[in-house]
Amino acid sequence: MKQEYDFAVVGGGLVGMAIAYGLAKRGQKTIVLDGEDSSVRAARGNFGLIWVSGKGKKQVDYGRWSLESALLWPAFAAELEEASSLSLGYSRQGGISIALTDDALAGSVDTLRQLHARDARLTYDILDRQQLTERIPEIGQNVAGAVYSENDGHVSPLYTLRALFLAFERACGEYVPEAPVMSIERANGGFRVDTGKRTLEAGRVVLCAGLGNRELAPMVGLTAPVVPLRGQILVTERVRPFLKYPTLSVRQTAEGSILLGESAEDVGMNDGVTPEIVAHIARKAVTQFPLLKNVRVVRAWGALRVMTPDSMPVYEESATHPGAFIATCHSGVTLAAAHCEVLVAWLLGGQRPSLLDYFYAKRFAV
Amino acid sequence: MTIETVDLVIIGAGPAGMACALDASRAGLDVVVLDENPLPGGQIYRNAGCSPLPDAALLGDDYTYGADLVTRFARASLRYWPDTLVWQITRALEISFTRRSGAAASGQICAKAVVIANGAYERPCPVPGWTLPGVMGVGAAQTLFKSSAMLPDGPVVLAGSGPLMYLFAWQLIQAARAPAAILDTTPSRNYWRALAELPGALRTPAYLLKGKRLLSAIRRSGIPHIRHVTRLSVKGDGRAEAVQYTGNGRTSTLAASIVLLHQGVVANVQLTRSIGCEHRWDEAQLCWHPRTDAWGETTVPNLFIAGDGGGIHGAIAAETAGALIALAVSNRLGALSRDARDEQAAPLRRQLDRHRAVRPFLDTLYRPADAFRRPADETIVCRCEEISAGEIRSMARLGCTGPNQSKSFSRCGMGPCQGRLCGLTVAELLAEVHAKPVAEVGYYRIRPPIKPVSLGDLAVSHVPDLNAAQPTEFVPK
Amino acid sequence: MQNVSLFSQIDGASPRTVRIVVDGRPVDVPEYANVAAALLYAGVGVFRRTPVGAAPRAPYCMMGVCFDCLVEIDGLPNQQACMVRVHDGMEVKAMAGARALV
Repeated sequence: MKQEYDFAVVGGGLVGMAIAYGLAKRGQKTIVLDGEDSSVRAARGNFGLIWVSGKGKKQVDYGRWSLESALLWPAFAAELEEASSLSLGYSRQGGISIALTDDALAGSVDTLRQLHARDARLTYDILDRQQLTERIPEIGQNVAGAVYSENDGHVSPLYTLRALFLAFERACGEYVPEAPVMSIERANGGFRVDTGKRTLEAGRVVLCAGLGNRELAPMVGLTAPVVPLRGQILVTERVRPFLKYPTLSVRQTAEGSILLGESAEDVGMNDGVTPEIVAHIARKAVTQFPLLKNVRVVRAWGALRVMTPDSMPVYEESATHPGAFIATCHSGVTLAAAHCEVLVAWLLGGQRPSLLDYFYAKRFAV
Repeated sequence: MTIETVDLVIIGAGPAGMACALDASRAGLDVVVLDENPLPGGQIYRNAGCSPLPDAALLGDDYTYGADLVTRFARASLRYWPDTLVWQITRALEISFTRRSGAAASGQICAKAVVIANGAYERPCPVPGWTLPGVMGVGAAQTLFKSSAMLPDGPVVLAGSGPLMYLFAWQLIQAARAPAAILDTTPSRNYWRALAELPGALRTPAYLLKGKRLLSAIRRSGIPHIRHVTRLSVKGDGRAEAVQYTGNGRTSTLAASIVLLHQGVVANVQLTRSIGCEHRWDEAQLCWHPRTDAWGETTVPNLFIAGDGGGIHGAIAAETAGALIALAVSNRLGALSRDARDEQAAPLRRQLDRHRAVRPFLDTLYRPADAFRRPADETIVCRCEEISAGEIRSMARLGCTGPNQSKSFSRCGMGPCQGRLCGLTVAELLAEVHAKPVAEVGYYRIRPPIKPVSLGDLAVSHVPDLNAAQPTEFVPK
Repeated sequence: MQNVSLFSQIDGASPRTVRIVVDGRPVDVPEYANVAAALLYAGVGVFRRTPVGAAPRAPYCMMGVCFDCLVEIDGLPNQQACMVRVHDGMEVKAMAGARALV
């Protein structure tokens, strides 16, 4: 029996919308069920990095998956810009990880060397303080050095999401906000999804609700082993462009404002900002870039990352409820292109990419 | 470095803040008043203690009254820190501030109780051309007059609705700088609706009499007072040159190099929102108010609101509320018994009721028309990021049901004003497209710093606990 | 910055002035004025051009809420002119778009 929708995607963040757009543009009748304006949304607190280097130390396939997505990003960005008439501020000039101490630098280099040994495409260069100063003249004195990787880039995460909305709409996708999913049941060869206000039937369901997946996954015989990890971000007034390379904790956007992060706090569902971390981020920013001392922060954010125990993704189809899928990761921007192009092919019934062999939830079973 | 803890920190030195400070310190509490402005008085009594005007009577009796309060405050033995920006308050009442004068320093102070008395600001008036140089709020021009003895010197038009507009027109007439015209946007149906609220207003006839005197003086002056204006726009090439208006079915244009807009005032809730106080939408005043109990305490323990920051009731009500909340805080901190508190509060409550009684009448009569809360598509709504009403409406149609989603998509609300001038308009536009009440649409999530603070100041704003572990940094792996 | 004074002091106001420098031009302004008032007094019509669309802006609220009166004061960019009192020798410059990193 043909359901009203081919796919119901639960969650309208970066993961959900990349997947939903990928499905819709391939002719699938797709509906996205999203939360409310005040819902906790990792997509709103994203730093905007398309980051490959350093990923995959526990399992190199994660680094490879990130690289595959980074390589798909230029075409993905162009497609979204064409569909939305927006400029995404996408840039791939490489990324720099600044190390404040020699130990930190040695640690980074060690990780990158191991990864490179497993896959030669995971390239990196070590920059001593002088080489770093050549690339970024504004860098402060109290840094040990950095590593540079050409695989890294950045983009505006918010404009990416907005462009996905526009592209999805153009591809005849249906987006429904304020539709929290109450239940998902097997029905008529597919699934019946109840949002309280409305019930609909879809052939397949993809759970992309971030932390909300915890409640949803058991409905379809899956588990979502995710916990929140708060990150606080400071955003400055616009500054004339001076930093073309994104770094892990300082990034200048296309608009000129500077994003500063990145903390990692285990505080449950609390997405507030705290004096300690704000001061810490500011101190680190001024250490790395002394000229930022009189640049003013115009707003601060706290956002809850969606973290699995090993911080790597979970992509899985339910064994008890075939046709129900879960997709979760904390790098919704980096992986957006791969989600849209590669993952969607699997959701449509294609072969699961062997690159994703590791990313089942069962790896966490004790 | 130890951070000082005092009994009471009051934020703002308008009538509410000053009254609260005077009474609380008389009750024996250790009080510190933090004021962003260089002198006490807030907005309404700005410079009342040291006016640059040759004759402060130009501003009217209410202002002269305020001068007395300011003088008493300036003489009181309590700590008053002017030029001090409070940019963060935690739920534990740790206050982060930056001082502009002297050795500009940033620091923290803790309090057992905090009273926020940061008042109100003019409702934004988004009409086409409102961002042009030469367009200001009526209150802005009045502030310029009070603080710098300066008035418009060229054709000036007042456009809008509300008591402040009539007061300033009167002040301009007294100073022999009468405006070229008053374009009155008070909707005609408001007059009928306000009649129902007249009994309440008559409890304190002084307000109505004052209004009547202002309007009579305006009538006698011969200034064109064009009523029932339904549309406004400011025209000009790079600056205000004329104002176009529609009224009584006709569209006309008036030359003006200064256009002063006004649609009432709204409570300033940036600080209370940033702390996480609960707010409720007030449909009569068309703005958000922090939820408080009968003693002015918000939903954050030991955090109180006094004055217009909790809802617009005017200067006398603010002063009375300040005194009332001083009683509440004194009792809370053990300096005043409950019986004494209640006994002293009784006359203050009666006075507060009397001065609040006129409010439903004024709120109804001067309720801004829909057209000025839900502007035409070409109107800029977010001045900082230059986002139009049309773009906000398209965000609503794209699926944004609330201002946080529309903010993240359009950047509207991301500028330095942090939504002060666009938040209400955005909510109204989303409410219009989604056919929902504004109360359901909500407001921006506001977090500290509530005003821009430099990274250098932030870096020293909190001294790390050397015994605690270094904060964990996130490294994608 | 243009040179047409839209505002002037009322008769009898205190005549004491200080001298500030506005975009290289020295001008005497009332000594009790805030920088926004002083610039309006000196005939400055446009305080800044916005970073997004280079639109001309001048003070709107005069009380530190609108952030349209942003100018560079004594080398520090993006200061709210209405919140700072003038002092003798102050240097004020219009802001054209985003600030530089200084």
